[in-house]
Order: sequence, then C-alpha cells, then structure tokens
Amino acid sequence: MIPITLPRPLLFIALVLLALFPLTGSTFYIQLGAKILIMAIFALSLDLLVGHTGLVSFGHAAYFGLAAYTLALISPKYEAATVWLTLPLAMGIAAFAALVIGFFVLRTTGVYFIMVTLAFAQMLYSVFHDTPLGGGSDGIYIYVRPELTIAGLKPLDLESPVQFYYLVLIFLIVVYGLLKRLLHAPFGRALAGIHLNEQRMRSIGFPIFGYKLGAFVIAGALAGIAGYLAACQFGFVNPDILAWQQSGTVLMMVILGGMGRLHGAVLGALTYVLLQEILSAPAIVGAFATHWQLAMGSLIVVIVLMFPRGIGGIFDVALRRYSYRHPNAIQ
Amino acid sequence: MFYLIQLLNAVQYGLLLFLLSSGLTLIFGIMGVINLAHGSFYMVGAYLAYWLAKLTGNLWLAIPIGTVITLGIGGLLETTIISRLYRRDHLYQVLITFGLILIFEELRSILFGNDVHGVTIPPALNYSIPLTDTLSYPVYRLFVTGVCLVIAALLYWVIYKTRIGMMIRAGNSNREMAASLGVNVPLLFAWVFAVGTALAGFAGAVAAPISSVFPGMGNQILIICFVVVVIGGIGSINGAMIASLAIGLADTLGKVIAAEYSAIAVYLVMALILLWRPQGIANRA
Repeated sequence: MIPITLPRPLLFIALVLLALFPLTGSTFYIQLGAKILIMAIFALSLDLLVGHTGLVSFGHAAYFGLAAYTLALISPKYEAATVWLTLPLAMGIAAFAALVIGFFVLRTTGVYFIMVTLAFAQMLYSVFHDTPLGGGSDGIYIYVRPELTIAGLKPLDLESPVQFYYLVLIFLIVVYGLLKRLLHAPFGRALAGIHLNEQRMRSIGFPIFGYKLGAFVIAGALAGIAGYLAACQFGFVNPDILAWQQSGTVLMMVILGGMGRLHGAVLGALTYVLLQEILSAPAIVGAFATHWQLAMGSLIVVIVLMFPRGIGGIFDVALRRYSYRHPNAIQ
Repeated sequence: MFYLIQLLNAVQYGLLLFLLSSGLTLIFGIMGVINLAHGSFYMVGAYLAYWLAKLTGNLWLAIPIGTVITLGIGGLLETTIISRLYRRDHLYQVLITFGLILIFEELRSILFGNDVHGVTIPPALNYSIPLTDTLSYPVYRLFVTGVCLVIAALLYWVIYKTRIGMMIRAGNSNREMAASLGVNVPLLFAWVFAVGTALAGFAGAVAAPISSVFPGMGNQILIICFVVVVIGGIGSINGAMIASLAIGLADTLGKVIAAEYSAIAVYLVMALILLWRPQGIANRA
C-alpha cells in the first residue's frame, strides 16, 4: 500500500498560500501561523511512528521538550547563540534520548508500549520539574533568540515575526520532503510492512527491532526541530512543554488530520490550534473561554467516536481516484 | 525507628496504589480497554470526600457516599461511551479517555476552583502513636493501611472464591468462550468497569486527608499506576499487588535517599523490569 499523498498541483497551491500568508500583515496572525507550522512539524514526526510504523507513542513531547530545554540551557544570557551549533545539538540530544528510551520501550508492544512511552516521558518531566537542572517548575527564559548567519550575513532575523515564520516554513517543507522521500525509500517500505504484518516481516528476515529503533530515533530528532523552534518562538521553556498533556495533544493532531497521511498531520495541527484559539477566545465564547478544555475534551470524544479517520480521511476517495488517473503526479 | 516509619509509609502508599491499579489492570485484562481517565476517578473520589465532609461534617459518611457516587458515574460512563470502545484500536481508547480527562479536570475547576483543599481527619483517629521521644506515627495512616488490606482481601476473595469471580477470570482469559457459556458479558463488563472506578474513587476518598485534594492529582497517580501495571503484567491481580508494594518501597526509599530525584527511582525500577521481563513479572511470555 503506497501512502496517500497530495498530488503536486494541490501541494503547490498549499505552499503558495502558506508563503503568501504573512502578507495579511497582522503580527498576531503571523505568530499564530508560525505556531501552527511548528506543531505541524511536531505532528509529522509523530505520524512517522503512529501512522506509518504502527507505534503509538504517548510520550512524544519528551523529545520536543528536550530540544527546547537544550536551546534554553546552552544559550548565553546576553548574546545570541548561533543556529548552526544549537540546532544540531538540540536535535542530537533529542535523537540520543529517543535511542536510549527506544531501546527499552521497543521491547514492548501494543498497550504496554503506550504506557511505557508515557512513563518514560513522565520521568523526564519529573527530572525537569523536581530538580534545579532546568530551573525547576518555573522554567527558564531565553533572553536573546539565536542568530542565523551565513558567511557573515544574516539572511533571516529570528527576532522578526515575519522572517521567523519563513524560517519555520522552510523547516516544514524540508521535513515534509524528507519524510516523503523516506516513506518511498526501502526503509519506509519496510516500516509500512512492519505496520501491516510484523510477524511476516520478521519471518522474511528483516531486523524489526533495528527498523523500529531507526524510526523512533528519526521521529525523536524531527520532534527536536519542532521543540527547538517552539523555544525560539516563545523565548521561554518550562516543564509543561514535555508534560503528557502535550503528548496527548500532538497525538490528537495526528488523528484529527488522519494518520498515515503526511498532509493529515499538517491539517490536524492547523485544525487543533485553530479550535483551541477559537474555544479560548473571550471575544467568541465569552466567559466560557477560561474553561476551553471542557469544550475541547467533548470535541475530542465526539470526533474520535464519529470520525476515526480524521479530516484527511474525507478526501481519501478523491485522492485515490486522482492518483489512479495521474500515476505520475504523485511521485 | 525511622526506618520502621518509612516502611509503614511505603506499605500504605503501595496498598493505595494497589486499589487503583487492580481496577486498571482488570478493566484492561477483561475488556481490553486502556483507561487514561482512571486517575480522574481517584480525583473525583477525593473531591467528593472533601465536599461531602464539608457538607455533612462527617468523613465517615463522606467516604461511602462518595464511593457510591463514583460507582454510579463509572457505570454511566461505561454504558454511554466506554462500551463503544471495546472493539476499537487502543489508539482511539487512549484519545477518548484523554478527552474525558480534560472534561473531568475542567468540571473540577468549574465546581471547586483551582486551590488546594485540606480534608480534616476525624477526631477519633486524629492522634499519633509516639514511637520515640521525637518520632511518632499518625493513626490515620495505619487506618488507611488496614482498610486497604481489608479491601484487597475482599477483592481476592471475590475473584478467586466466588461465582462472579469465576466469570471475571473466564472473561479475562477468553471473552468469546465465556460469552458462549452463558455469561452476560455486557452486564459483567459494566459492573467490572463501575467497580474498578469505585475502587479508584474509594482510594481517592481515604487518601484525601493525607494528601489533601488538588488539581491534577489523578493524573499524577495514574502514571504511577501504569508503571505498576507494566511491572505486574496486564490482567494480573497478583502482579499488581507485588508491583504496587515494590513501587511503594522504591518511591519511599527514593524520598529518603535523594528527595529531588525520588520520582526517577520508580521509572528506573520499571526500566530494569522491562529488560528482565518485558511482559511483566506475573505473566508468562
């Protein structure tokens, strides 16, 4: 089964819309847009595990948060750190954590896997929450955002919301493209095989554990990019960034958009963040805004009960028909 | 003497964890449902005890009434939402019960606010037994240990010695076979779920005077219960008992040795067990 992907023309239109979005001019909406794109990267990284490998990780915020904390801890207080050093380091630490945790959690399957990933993420949460290592429950501020310099020039200034938005958009495109290539490569086909029938893949002779661990580490590193960008945007990290609610939220984004579809993860992030903004806006829902989680929780229950395939699932039939008629437009 | 006190605390905490995780492990073992909202029932029980104790001025009344109300809420939830999840993938069960947690937390915030509330210990038990000149042990904690022991014994008796227990064990090992032998499976499921949540509610109610009631209390303990279930092996009451006591001990020892890092001790125990027996100590591979 080839993963359902968006045809090129549609992808192109979506890209143009995303690139033109900052022309709306409002700083609030541009920052909201950047937040959505960051969460889209995060959801994409989780979809590699949940949607494409069949590993339901309920502790994915751990890698997101670790990368964010890495940036906060190594940033000098009064001068800008460089992206070239801090981003690889943040990704590396997230990937290393995924390697170590993956080594333990991938020994389990099914519901054990869900509980164990949650437990390990909670362990990291309590490390940052209870010990003075990362500023305890108060968190740490990043006073100066990191700098991106190429040969002495500064092509993008991260302090400017518009330029930061474009940086995040570039990262989203890179991650999207990377995952698309990966899923069509032999590695990705093997993951799809594991998803469909693990026993058979093992009997053919695939080293299942290695493939799963590989996917787990890649997903961790990509979640690290999202966490790094989130820390850049908010200039602040606290333990909530790797709390289990965050893991639940990103999992919901993947399901909401329709798992196993790369565009689904992006759609899910967009829908979830917008829903959250609407439900918690006093201008729209009035005094109920402080209790937005009540409405969000009810919506989650209803959506998962009624539409298990998510928003992305609605377009499947049309997309499959299109890819049948235009086999070349997909690859 | 100091270590005796710590040991008593460890046993008390472990038994409390057992009340919670036995419900969790049975619900999973029998219905195949992973219930993230199990911790919310612990919170519901604790807040009901706080509210009813303030209303009636009597904790002895508040605990049983609170437990019965939790039983009712659990039964209602099973028939309306949870029963639709039995044939669904774990992923969807996780998300729906995640949604339920958000609902429970927000309702708690609307009804009781976000403050920490203390619950007073009834005067009959509100004293301490002096052990040395400086150390003493509160009687209420001993009472909680005793009550948990009684409930655990009752649970063992029901599951291993009665006809209902036989049906539960039959459902645990083979759902279809039990149904074909005439067990009313939907009714059995509803009761197991409701009793499991009532156990959680009861644990919350008796623990309320010790831990006080606070936002997010259910989620904190839920994750520890997951660790217990993973260590003990899903569906195993014996495993849950051994694992609960082990975690109670690890947590208490951790607090004595290095308070800031105590939370990590619990997860280290889990990591070691995963290396040794990924399927849990009580389950055969």
